[in-house]
Amino acid sequence: MPDFILDVRDLETTFKTPAGVVHAVNGISFGLKEGETLGVVGESGCGKSVTMLSLLKLIPTPPGKIAGGTASFLKQDLLKMTNEEIRFVRGAQISMVFQDPMTSLNPVLTVGLQLEEPLVLHVGMTRKQARERAAELLCTVGIPKAKDRLGDYPHQFSGGMRQRVMIAMALSCSPQILIADEPTTALDVTIQAQIMELVRRLRDEIGMAIIWITHDLGVVAGLAQRVIVMYGGFIIEEAEVKELYANPQHPYTIGLMGSLPRVDEKGHPRLVSIDGAPPVLYEKPNHCPFAPRCRYAMERCWKENPMMQMVAPDHRVACWVDIKTGRAR
Amino acid sequence: MAADNVLLRVRNLVKYFPITQGIIFQKQVGAVHAVDDISFDVIKGETLGLVGESGCGKSTTGRAVLQLYRPTSGSVTFDGVELVNTKGEELRRMRRKMQMIFQDPYASLNPRMTIGEIVGEPLVVHKVATSKEIEQRVGSLLELVGLNPAFATRYPHEFSGGQRQRIGVARALSLQPSFIVCDEPISALDVSIQAQVVNLLEDLQKQFNLTYLFIAHDLSMVRHISNRVAVMYLGVIVELADRDELYLKPLHPYTQALLSAVPIPDPIADSKRKRTILEGDVPSPVNPPSGCRFRTRCPIAESICSEQKPAFRELSPGHFVACHYAERFL
Repeated sequence: MPDFILDVRDLETTFKTPAGVVHAVNGISFGLKEGETLGVVGESGCGKSVTMLSLLKLIPTPPGKIAGGTASFLKQDLLKMTNEEIRFVRGAQISMVFQDPMTSLNPVLTVGLQLEEPLVLHVGMTRKQARERAAELLCTVGIPKAKDRLGDYPHQFSGGMRQRVMIAMALSCSPQILIADEPTTALDVTIQAQIMELVRRLRDEIGMAIIWITHDLGVVAGLAQRVIVMYGGFIIEEAEVKELYANPQHPYTIGLMGSLPRVDEKGHPRLVSIDGAPPVLYEKPNHCPFAPRCRYAMERCWKENPMMQMVAPDHRVACWVDIKTGRAR
Repeated sequence: MAADNVLLRVRNLVKYFPITQGIIFQKQVGAVHAVDDISFDVIKGETLGLVGESGCGKSTTGRAVLQLYRPTSGSVTFDGVELVNTKGEELRRMRRKMQMIFQDPYASLNPRMTIGEIVGEPLVVHKVATSKEIEQRVGSLLELVGLNPAFATRYPHEFSGGQRQRIGVARALSLQPSFIVCDEPISALDVSIQAQVVNLLEDLQKQFNLTYLFIAHDLSMVRHISNRVAVMYLGVIVELADRDELYLKPLHPYTQALLSAVPIPDPIADSKRKRTILEGDVPSPVNPPSGCRFRTRCPIAESICSEQKPAFRELSPGHFVACHYAERFL
């Protein structure tokens, strides 16, 4: 499709460990439209972070290795770029906000200096211009007395404020794509609500595309337009957000939703848990990665890994079973 | 509330942690007001949820109740026995009846002990069983929490997070306690595993008639598991009520903001909600605001809120709230 600004095809990433080669991402494909917010949901170890780190070549190599695939962004393949080339993409055209605001800021540099760096490097501002822009940015993300705080060090900010600084930094060069890797997981709910509100506002003002990685289905519901669900290094379901929540098709997605109690819950339903634990893949599975935990698993699920199939407009799922009938699709 | 139903009675509990200066001659220069004058009851067989954001003192409360931290002042009575002045052998005997499940299943199990040793250790410490009995008991405990008894010879690193939390549950159950403090037992686990552990806790509660003090920051999970819920903010309980009452008719502005901040996994319901976004951060517990602790972030604060500490009043039966203006929301 031509209207994707980021088009990832068959991305594969592996890690060499003493116990064997771990297949973290196993040939996943997805696209990101201009100005769209894409939610990526999955549990720890499902490959959601590794996918995004691979796109920006932030995987430590070795032990990590991007084993295959393409990722076209503005007619270029990100995965084929040299380190020199991708450095001009990172932070400038595609920027990233990480999970832990405590460890992703440099503790020995002032916040001002860290904010100015990308402006000087990517935009070519002078130090003085950059300083002014940095103050503006801090103001945009809602830090009071922004100008006076440029000389402060990260430890002088609270967790929520640090995440705001990270967002200011990521937005400083007006990127086309913002990748947010669990940016609110380390924060309290009231602070999480502040940050989500901020991102909604900035998205409307700036109009960049966002990839929002999270394990929280609630956060995605309030933010994303389209959602990808990952499991064991595969995309197992992809749909428009309302469609996914109203009509989940993959047994894993259904299980995930059933295991979540809701704050507006009525009565006391028992939680539907998924037995077992997520897999660590030492070899590329030749069966459905979810089969060992799946209630609906049939013989075919153990023989072939299902391909993504269209089940409704804008709704794809990788499952051999039609869960409505309990029979094969 | 009938007095004979109350298993745990906490009155005016205070816990300050001193801040000292100097190396040899230490002098106290301040205190972290972690828990500041809270009172609540836990009724036999119920689950009392204790929610709040990080640093609000909910874990300190749990530990002070079990005398793992000695309270600065106040009273904690368990089954009619005052715990605050109890020491030594007598306190140890009381501890058999009250156990704790910790937050981090990676840090709360000794990596050099086998699972059998970990689960059996309380029995050894309290000298309640012979070594042969312990072996049997460990096996049945592991089975009870859904683990294979043959795992007793393995070490913690061989287990996943959810399995480790099950081991923590087995250890807490080994002395057949009547009361368990669950300190964020599921927050370190993945969503699909959280449900497994919560279901296990609910099953065990029914089977052994356990009473839980369930500490968590996840409001949805607390609603699911609790009978009554207490909301903490900066060392004080701001609201306490029956679960449905609290979630449907919150009377304290902080509870209202907290509830509106929780994302609902449903895009249609989520877009229809009114959001109250709180400004700013939680103030430091070293120097908490005068009067009402929430006034610095409260959307309806007035001058009286900085002058007078709001009383913790019962506005409707069983619904306690500490706010000068709570009547507005009745």
